[in-house]
Amino acid sequence: MSSIGRTLGRDVLRDIAVTCLAVLFIGLSYGATAIASGFPLWVPAAQSVLVLAGASEFLFIGIVAAGGNPLAAALAGLLVNARHLPYGLALPDITGPDITGPRVTGRGWRRIVGTHVMNDESVVFALAQDDLPGKRAAYWACGLGVLICWPGGAVLGALIGSAVHDTGAFGLDAMFPAVILALIVPDLRDRMTLQAALAGAAVALAATPFLPAGLPVLLALVAVLPLLRQRPSVATPEAGATPEACATAEADGANPGADGANPGADGKSGEQSVGAR
Amino acid sequence: MKDTTLVVAGMATLAAGTYAFRLSGQLLRARISFPPPAGKLLEAAAVILLAALVAITALTEGHGFSGFARPAGVLVGGVLAWRKAPFLVVVIAAAATAALLRLAGVR
Repeated sequence: MSSIGRTLGRDVLRDIAVTCLAVLFIGLSYGATAIASGFPLWVPAAQSVLVLAGASEFLFIGIVAAGGNPLAAALAGLLVNARHLPYGLALPDITGPDITGPRVTGRGWRRIVGTHVMNDESVVFALAQDDLPGKRAAYWACGLGVLICWPGGAVLGALIGSAVHDTGAFGLDAMFPAVILALIVPDLRDRMTLQAALAGAAVALAATPFLPAGLPVLLALVAVLPLLRQRPSVATPEAGATPEACATAEADGANPGADGANPGADGKSGEQSVGAR
Repeated sequence: MKDTTLVVAGMATLAAGTYAFRLSGQLLRARISFPPPAGKLLEAAAVILLAALVAITALTEGHGFSGFARPAGVLVGGVLAWRKAPFLVVVIAAAATAALLRLAGVR
């Protein structure tokens, strides 16, 4: 851990702490919602540890509580979580054995845990760093923080129940999108990336009324197509460093990671929250 | 909760499938070696995904509109982030804006 601290510096660590705190608040509403929907404590507790992807968990709870088949609810949740595949593609190898070191390949338990803590927040923080050691350290710090805060919040929320049910009153539902947006802003200063992101967001919004949760976000990927034609001329040599370092440097740091935690922000039921994590 | 066995099966399916998504992207990436431009494109794709996620979580609830308070809060956060305000300020301003609007009766 100390090596993570040294690699990242205080500012990034503080931002990660703020993000994990926001995750904890959303976890509170998740736990409270699950209990209010008639689930025993172990359901949100186990889900939050084993699935570790908030939006899909909210959706699962909502569908089952509304009388839906749990297997159908799982498939809906998987649709929401499909974005983790492109996340894994976008990241350099950050789950390798040496958390802050230069090695690129990894095996063993670190890969197992590192894979599990991939979520919107950890990916976004990794993309926002300039070099591979920084990406790794940010990914692990945020990933492990979420691994503690999400289940911790969920269990706490389940225990205190309805006291935290109305998170909308505190504006907590605005936190998740604000966190992700703040972290991708540096990338959006690149004009082409901004145009593609706006186009992708528009496509996703237009599709939302008609498609099941999760699909609209994936559909946004069509916005990458125009970049395919234009990038080659732009993307040439950036000396030295790893491809990842170059990649982020250009855009000032990307930030993927949206697994989203926003679901449920308001904690009502079912179909609604599709958000994040 | 009616059928515990079925619920557990659903939970296991969701957990295992999600892990498979998390793993498969990395395995693909390890298997194929991308030239730097492709690496950049993949990062751009991740940013596009995240931007879409921001739009959806800010503006929609289920298949409909989320109301004005939440997107207004996110917008305030976004403007502050664009002007390079500290991260903590961005996050708190977003939540506070949404909360105050709701307090004022805006939904």
